Amino acid sequence: MRHKSLAEFGVPVELAEAHAPVVLFDKVCLSFDDKVVLKDVSFSVRAGHTKVFLGASGAGKSTILKLMLGLLAPDSGTIWVLGHRVDRMTEAQLMGVRHHMGMVFQEGALFDSFTVGENVGYKLYEETSLPLAEVRSRVEAVLGFVGLSEHIDKAPSELSGGQRRRVAIARAMAARPTLLLYDEPTTGLDPITATTISEEIVKLRDLESVTAVIVTHQLRDAFYIAEHSARRTTSGTSEIVAAAKNKLGEADFVMLKDGGIHFVGSAEELRTSSDPYLTTFLS
Amino acid sequence: MSAPREGDWLTETVKKGLLELQQYLRLCFAAARGSFSRPFYARDVIEQIEIIGLGSLTVVVLTGFFTGAVLALQSGMTLDQFGARPFVGRLISASMIKELGPVLTALMLAGRVGSGIAAELGSMVVTEQISALRALGTDPIRKLVVPRVLATFIMCPILTVVANTVGLIGGWLIALTQLRVTSGVYWSAVVDGLFIQDVWMGITKPFFLGVVIATIGCHVGLNTSGGTQGVGRATTNAVVAASVVVLVVDFFLTRLLISILF
Repeated sequence: MRHKSLAEFGVPVELAEAHAPVVLFDKVCLSFDDKVVLKDVSFSVRAGHTKVFLGASGAGKSTILKLMLGLLAPDSGTIWVLGHRVDRMTEAQLMGVRHHMGMVFQEGALFDSFTVGENVGYKLYEETSLPLAEVRSRVEAVLGFVGLSEHIDKAPSELSGGQRRRVAIARAMAARPTLLLYDEPTTGLDPITATTISEEIVKLRDLESVTAVIVTHQLRDAFYIAEHSARRTTSGTSEIVAAAKNKLGEADFVMLKDGGIHFVGSAEELRTSSDPYLTTFLS
Repeated sequence: MSAPREGDWLTETVKKGLLELQQYLRLCFAAARGSFSRPFYARDVIEQIEIIGLGSLTVVVLTGFFTGAVLALQSGMTLDQFGARPFVGRLISASMIKELGPVLTALMLAGRVGSGIAAELGSMVVTEQISALRALGTDPIRKLVVPRVLATFIMCPILTVVANTVGLIGGWLIALTQLRVTSGVYWSAVVDGLFIQDVWMGITKPFFLGVVIATIGCHVGLNTSGGTQGVGRATTNAVVAASVVVLVVDFFLTRLLISILF
């Protein structure tokens, strides 16, 4: 399904430009009963860039991802994703937008009654009319990308936590999304596995041109993603290197506090900030 | 902080009940719409027919057989007081086909299928698999609810016919071995005791009861919260709610069908 351009939706000129943001939150508010989760939250994410949301538990980080996907609706404010105003779309309309997005859930959220291969190819098997052979070859390709080709016929329960997280990334990228949302992708993993996951995120962003929105409180991994880039070697494999200066500006950090945005800036600005809350968070 | 007044508590409870009813009805309408529009997951319907139908066969056969047998034993004693033992077949066929077959099959399905659906969907909710489905562009109502509702809608009447048949056979064995009623007398009485309206009533009710069991299981499962403990609670709630609603719906359906058929 082709998604409409921003201009077709009659959105402001700024949004209809060539490098228009793929995500735009404008004064979004959300409460659950008496608890204010988000209060006048506004930000944008540009194509090919990375936005990292930091914050204490319950700060509303995962809620932002659910709002982008349309799994939750805001109380007020507007949300644009890939040229669609998702805050007032019906569930049926949202299905069309979600075909261009992927999400990696905190614990993977793999379908436990399916094999790894069926999980990864789920969207292609069920929601497209691609021939089975083509789906199988795409599944093998994405599992190869995350280094899990040999596990294609295993059940998710036979995999380790890190492998399940990588399968979740493979599932999210199988249908070639333009926007990938990661909910705590490295939480609860050992440092080596966490770095492997971070490298997958960097590879997806730089080699597959997938815009990344990451929610985490793993600062080490967040900085790793922001300060590294991936490139193809002459032999066709990929390698992770320190990001060039222009690439560093493509990753933004957003700190959420008390339902609002407390800080927005680059990795360097976050590191050098003298804000007491940020210094406490970073220490 | 002052304690909530009794009136406030009542208002909140009524509001909560109405909200639950509204959500349940919305699920029913969405499932009905999903049954007649695309995308339609036919493979999942067949899979559920196998799980719900074939999987429940043993419990339904055992329930039907022993209900028919015990009915023959009990009614034989009562009919003896009037010298009407040969009429035992009439009593069994009328009771089984009109009432006991549909209701007992539905109660067995509420216990086995309703709980299974609630537990499965509840686990999917707490492990974010339902959110993952939605994120992957799949409507959980069409993918999960519609196949289960359709499978129960199709299989509940079939299982009821099986339970009725096995129940009549159970009654026949007891009539033959314990009550000394001959096979010819028993089966003639079975046929004589039935009107075509009875058969219609016995076959119509399971369609509705099947839908009630599956929709309640799905509704309770999809509204699960509170982790694994919540899944356990949802399973219990689904069985209790489905069993009670089966009996209530059966009463109103019987009244309605009597007014239509007789």
